[in-house]
Amino acid sequence: MDSGRISRRHLLQGGAALTLGAAAGPRPAFAAETTIGFIYVGSRDDYGYNQAHAQGAAALKKIPGLKVVEEEKVPETDAVEKTIESMINLDGATLLFPTSFGYYNPHMIKMATKYPKLRFEHCGGLWSDKDPKNAGSYFGYIDEAQYISGIVAGLTSKSSKLGFVAAKPIPQVLRNINAFTLGAKSVNPKATTQVIFTGDWSMPVKEAEATNSLIDQGVDVLTCHVDGPKTMVENAARRGAFVCGYHTNQSALAPKAYLTGAEWNWEALYPKFVKMIAAGEGIPNFYRGGLKEEIVKVSPYGEAVSAEARKAADEAKAKFLSAEGYAIFKGGLLDNKGKTVIPAGTDRGQKDPELEKMDYLVEGVIGATS
Amino acid sequence: MADGSIGLWTVPLAVLGGAIRVSTPFLFVSLGECITERSGRINLGLEGTLVMGAMSAYGISYLTGSPWLGVLAAGITGALLGALHAGICSLPRVNDVAVGIALMLFGTGLAFYLGKPLIEPTAPRLPAIDFGWWSDIPQVRAALRINVLFLIGVVLAPILYWAFRTTRWGLLIRTAGESSDAARAMGHSVLLIRLRATMVGGFLAGIGGSFLSLFYPGSWNEGLSSGQGITAVALVIFARWDPLLCLWASLAFGGAAALGPALQSVGVTSGYHLFNAAPYILTLAIMIITCSPKRTLTGAPAELSITR
Repeated sequence: MDSGRISRRHLLQGGAALTLGAAAGPRPAFAAETTIGFIYVGSRDDYGYNQAHAQGAAALKKIPGLKVVEEEKVPETDAVEKTIESMINLDGATLLFPTSFGYYNPHMIKMATKYPKLRFEHCGGLWSDKDPKNAGSYFGYIDEAQYISGIVAGLTSKSSKLGFVAAKPIPQVLRNINAFTLGAKSVNPKATTQVIFTGDWSMPVKEAEATNSLIDQGVDVLTCHVDGPKTMVENAARRGAFVCGYHTNQSALAPKAYLTGAEWNWEALYPKFVKMIAAGEGIPNFYRGGLKEEIVKVSPYGEAVSAEARKAADEAKAKFLSAEGYAIFKGGLLDNKGKTVIPAGTDRGQKDPELEKMDYLVEGVIGATS
Repeated sequence: MADGSIGLWTVPLAVLGGAIRVSTPFLFVSLGECITERSGRINLGLEGTLVMGAMSAYGISYLTGSPWLGVLAAGITGALLGALHAGICSLPRVNDVAVGIALMLFGTGLAFYLGKPLIEPTAPRLPAIDFGWWSDIPQVRAALRINVLFLIGVVLAPILYWAFRTTRWGLLIRTAGESSDAARAMGHSVLLIRLRATMVGGFLAGIGGSFLSLFYPGSWNEGLSSGQGITAVALVIFARWDPLLCLWASLAFGGAAALGPALQSVGVTSGYHLFNAAPYILTLAIMIITCSPKRTLTGAPAELSITR
């Protein structure tokens, strides 16, 4: 940090400044450490969702004056409120990152109302004006990276049958499935994505069974949205199928089968948040971004990716990085039951909050949301 | 079919493949628990043993490069946890169910703690034997890639069935389970018999764990067991403490676990939560069919703390 040590008071001021809508002037740094609390739903090193956040937390630990406390495997129930309370009252945390989807409402909202002077940052929630001002939600448009994975998958698959091992039919998951499918269809109109829901975030045996069933159906490129993609990646590679990774880079697990993958870039975002607070500007309550904002990234291409696929994927990446951006979900989009879900003529840009309420699977996806 | 898909045949094939792939941990834990319970003690800690076995097998396989040493290490870890259970239970007025629950938490907690550095590395896996060589359909070949641990389990079930009925040590275990007074009158130490039975049970459960981490799904992570150890202990009860029935029950559970994903893969997508719950629905159904208010559980060892 170029601004030196960040004190607890700084963070509090940042939060207060935001509430009052006024920027606090520069104040002397205090010796007391600022404590930041991270809460994970699963294990911190799951090769997936939680590990990506833990890497972001690790980036904060390197900043002098910051202390990071972490708790893993906290269920999305009242348990997370107890964890938040203990982080506040026992560890003195002033900035909290409950990172799992189900923590947001009612649990984190309740805590933010109870502790109006502290700052709460939730990953994936949909902050609205009705929610407390000291709460915020941030998320990355990882569907941009999934769209690029889809392009690579669509051009690599011989059977044009792609597979998706998903946990639960929530908007973020559906958006990934849809973006992956639309990416594949943009280069290979015959491509279909078969989706299997396992029912929960970490079910290794079910994920392995789903992987095997998909490959038995002729699927030859798979990706997933579960907490730990390791099981899918390893089992698919053993059966000779290709994979696109998720959350973090899993290429080390299957170097020959790994095509590319959609990765989080929290280690770039979290230090940015802390800088915003230290500078007195505070974090916007609703913070979003994709490839351009460096919140998500795409894994380097594997050796099995053809020159054609690399070219198509790079072109798509350039469109996302361009100043005007690129809309994955364009007007005239049909769901897989034939219903028009986005009326013709109205492209839904990436920042459109409607997309975060997605409850459909697009044409080309084989599967159902319930 | 030309495009390499086998259509609806996926479902029976996946259930068969699932029965073979998923059943092995159930089989080993239930056979182990069968031995322990026949000697008159319940070891609910086998969930912890299973997870500890999975972790230690993965660790040893990773460090030594030999998955078979991993299997052995898992067995020894399981036997030690079994000895701990039996040791604590041999103290006066100790409830074996409570000790089992404590050891379940201890085993899983210890495995998660020691297993932290093992989540990322990839350990050598157990080899599979290709029993599908006769078929040119890749799906059939994949379903019939069978691990030797499964075969050992399948052979072990009738051997145990025979041993309980006809061998001297089988009789001793049953005597300790049916009437500890009788065993004592014959001059045997009931505690020693139960110690050995619990250790053998733990050994088998540990090996069941090694299958999870070294064969299928084939890597170590904290959600690996998702309650399979507990399910297997329950499975012993509705298999009526009969090793052969344990085998069939394990196969049924394995097949049921494969049903949900397989149905979704062929396009039966509605109600997948119900199909994913198939193993538990199966448990309930069997419990309801076999229970009776008029008699105690047939085949239950009389010395078990739940029947006494």
